[in-house]
Amino acid sequence: MISADLNIILPEIVLAGFALLGLLGAVYTSKDKAAGVLVWVTAVVMVLLAAWVAMSGDGTTNIAFHGMFIDDSFARFAKVAILLSAAAVLVMSESYMKLRGLLRFEYPMLVALAVVGMMMMVSAGDLMALYMGLELQSLALYVVASLRRDSVKSTEAGLKYFVLGALSSGLLLYGASLVYGYAGTTLFAGIITTAQTGGTSLGLLFGLVFLISGLAFKVSAVPFHMWTPDVYEGAPTPIAAFFATAPKVAAMGLFARVMHDAFGQIVSDWSQIVALLSVLSMFFGSVAAIGQTNIKRLMAFSSIAHMGYALMGLAAGTAFGVQAMLVYMAIYVTMNLGTFAFILLMQKDGAPVTDITLLNMYAKTNPGRALAMLVLLFSLAGVPPMLGFFGKFYVLRAAYEANMAWLAVAGVIASVIGAYYYLRIVFYMYFGEERSDTLDHQNGGVLTVVLMASAVIMIVGIANMFGVEGMAASAAASLVN
Amino acid sequence: MDTHLLSIITFIPAFAALILAVFLRGDDAAAGRNAKWLAFITTTVTFLISLFVLFDFDPSNTDFQFVDEADWLLGLKYRLGVDGISILFVMLTTFMMPLVIAASWNVEHRVKEYMIAFLLLETLMLGVFMALDLVLFYLFFEAGLIPMFLIIGIWGGKERIYASFKFFLYTFLGSVLMLVAMVAMFTEAGTTCIGGCEISLLTHNFGSESFELLGIQIVGGMQTLMFLAFFASFAVKMPMWPVHTWLPDAHVQAPTAGSVVLAAILLKMGGYGFLRFSLPMFPVGSEVMTPLILWMSAIAIVYTSLVALVQQDMKKLIAYSSVAHMGFVTMGIFAANQQGIDGAIFQMISHGFISGALFLSVGVIYDRMHTRDIDAYGGLVNRMPAYALVFMFFTMANVGLPGTSGFVGEFLTLMATFQVNTWVAAVATTGVIFSAAYALWLYRRVVMGDLIKESLKAITDMTAREKWIIAPLVAMTLILGVYPALVLDMIGPSVAALVDNYDMALEAADTAVQTADASH
Repeated sequence: MISADLNIILPEIVLAGFALLGLLGAVYTSKDKAAGVLVWVTAVVMVLLAAWVAMSGDGTTNIAFHGMFIDDSFARFAKVAILLSAAAVLVMSESYMKLRGLLRFEYPMLVALAVVGMMMMVSAGDLMALYMGLELQSLALYVVASLRRDSVKSTEAGLKYFVLGALSSGLLLYGASLVYGYAGTTLFAGIITTAQTGGTSLGLLFGLVFLISGLAFKVSAVPFHMWTPDVYEGAPTPIAAFFATAPKVAAMGLFARVMHDAFGQIVSDWSQIVALLSVLSMFFGSVAAIGQTNIKRLMAFSSIAHMGYALMGLAAGTAFGVQAMLVYMAIYVTMNLGTFAFILLMQKDGAPVTDITLLNMYAKTNPGRALAMLVLLFSLAGVPPMLGFFGKFYVLRAAYEANMAWLAVAGVIASVIGAYYYLRIVFYMYFGEERSDTLDHQNGGVLTVVLMASAVIMIVGIANMFGVEGMAASAAASLVN
Repeated sequence: MDTHLLSIITFIPAFAALILAVFLRGDDAAAGRNAKWLAFITTTVTFLISLFVLFDFDPSNTDFQFVDEADWLLGLKYRLGVDGISILFVMLTTFMMPLVIAASWNVEHRVKEYMIAFLLLETLMLGVFMALDLVLFYLFFEAGLIPMFLIIGIWGGKERIYASFKFFLYTFLGSVLMLVAMVAMFTEAGTTCIGGCEISLLTHNFGSESFELLGIQIVGGMQTLMFLAFFASFAVKMPMWPVHTWLPDAHVQAPTAGSVVLAAILLKMGGYGFLRFSLPMFPVGSEVMTPLILWMSAIAIVYTSLVALVQQDMKKLIAYSSVAHMGFVTMGIFAANQQGIDGAIFQMISHGFISGALFLSVGVIYDRMHTRDIDAYGGLVNRMPAYALVFMFFTMANVGLPGTSGFVGEFLTLMATFQVNTWVAAVATTGVIFSAAYALWLYRRVVMGDLIKESLKAITDMTAREKWIIAPLVAMTLILGVYPALVLDMIGPSVAALVDNYDMALEAADTAVQTADASH
């Protein structure tokens, strides 16, 4: 029995083992000198694991440790997205961090451990497993946020993230204890039967609300978003790129997991709450980004707005809604990787810059990258024919089919507001005044590749989305039944 | 008929744009010349190929022809086709584009990107008129904003930033509401196929039972709501009064070629949308809103003509006159009879030639003097006789002089509206007089009189290139003015089918309401 269980969580064990071995090896050998190699090795390990996870399973659902750990199509979809985006961020960050003396061997190891936590999160079948995964992820993230130890801003980002994160963990734990108290079990499978047979007691609903608050913090949905802009701004840019991608997928996956696996019988009780989070996030994210000139803060608000759209899919409370959410997240992550590759390429006299006004006439000095960024920006804004539009189309459809036409209307209006600030970057790149102090024209290496690939995917992907649609459909079917 | 002809026509320009983007290096004059020639040849070839479609097209068949179909995401379909309503818009687009490229021959600033933007724009515009899938239509419809945004923003005049943002956000806001309605239609009908499939939206009967929403009685129910959502998009695109204010800004700031594309083709998307979606798919909703739209059109015609009278900027004046002419189009469409819709389509095609030519004419003197201020000109006839002739011809066509194509459309739409709503027709007719006033006054101030301004003494007449660009437009305006049957025979059967279906749907809805009342 136990060996069968271990077989199911083998990918997690492999990655955790790899991280521990890496730590050990680095401590006893070359320390930071081999960090560059270690980054690449970690990335390769993650890609291999992603391939393994994707191949395994064949759409079956495997349950380990008496329901604590669920390995279904949904978990596999999320894990592949997490692993691939984490690997992409790692390779993107290598040269940037090396240049600034930030490349320590802990970095890839912490990222790997965070990824283990995320894989645990999306597979959680129990409140304890949920918390375990969440904390493993969060603790690793707190540390990487303040990786630049001698920078006040970075330290502040890490501390802020830690304090607020601890608060949200507290909320979540409180909710979990309430749910446990009223359901008598921490297993999702048990909670769902209680909710089904015993109706919804007030205590269970209270627990649900606290759980949602804690989860909303992790996906940075309004009104639990305050940490996001500061952390994005303060953390080194590659770390911000990481925050914007893999943890968001994991948190959305966990959100969907808890809502459907544990509270799937009382959809009407939580879908209104999630819809409200969604509307607030979409509008706040779009409006607050207008005044930003720091591109990292801007992307932080943009990610808040995007989480709002993803939550719209979740709010629908249907299998199609989950599918729409997954598709949205996959597209969102791809767009963000490209955008952050662009941000990492922004530097002047060797120092990284984040002021968008410095992009004046970037199209003149660097037409290729400007064009790629143009595609990504329009995709982020949800303008067809870019893939970003299809993400929005999916969630709108999910919301409409779930009789939430008002949510769909709110979503499209927020997207018009949001279009403005994306256009503002286009404006600087293409219409701005010519200026003498242009950004450095360095050879981006991997970053350029990621940027270009991401932009090309945004256009070519509209042909068939590389099959993501079908995978998301089977993933959603395995979660909602 | 299984053919990929339409796909080929649609994507030739995009393919050329890709070649330009990938293979053309350098920023010098030679590269610019190559870009211009490639764009010109591409658009010309596209036009020639589209002639095959025109000649093979069977006007008596009201179904979609040359249908090209493939599966796509989410159960959507990639589906292109043309019928009597859309074919002429396709032809208008392919016809105008080589002229637009030729009119941009003296662009010196970032020529490669300029040509790429226009080529992509052609693909997207053709896609709009051919798309037979709701989402595919939206895709092309919205994507057209991107190149146009860049064209105004990069190659525009002084206030280009303001104009480009206004253009983008105005039209984007209109369209996203349409997107929600499209999602609703997809859910209700279970298909996004516009026409010619087993279940298609053109034949689907959307609910028209009245219901209450937020305390307001919605007459016509779902159909009215969907109509309004589509209306939000098409009315902005058209543009109809009072959401027309983006157009003068965009026109004034856009480069000449941009103005021509905007006036000649992009404005027609709104009218085409009304004919393809609003009228046939939401007949009850359309009927509910018809009085409002007819009056809005009449106001547009009179009001914008008056506004045009006081303009100091030539392009702005022509832009306002475009809004007035589009007023005739919406009036004709929502008169919803054979003459009205015939007239509306005719007016759109003819306006494509005439307004395009007018913007080109303004471009001719703008290139020489770098001002569009009417007061800066006067007495041009003394130095530019050929220009004076051409400009007069199109001024007259714009006024709607019989013998030019401008007359036919106005006459048909006015006649049609007279049968439906006499008062609206009466008010709109006064607009014809105003249009004569502003157009002739413009002509007098710019061309007639003595040449007294020092700066104009050295101005030269139209070059051979400029003459060659204008010549086809003169020819088309005359031919269609003298022999309108060329267009009317082409669109007649399809329009007749549209009108029949519209009337039948309304009757059916009436009967349904009566039976419901009787049973109470």
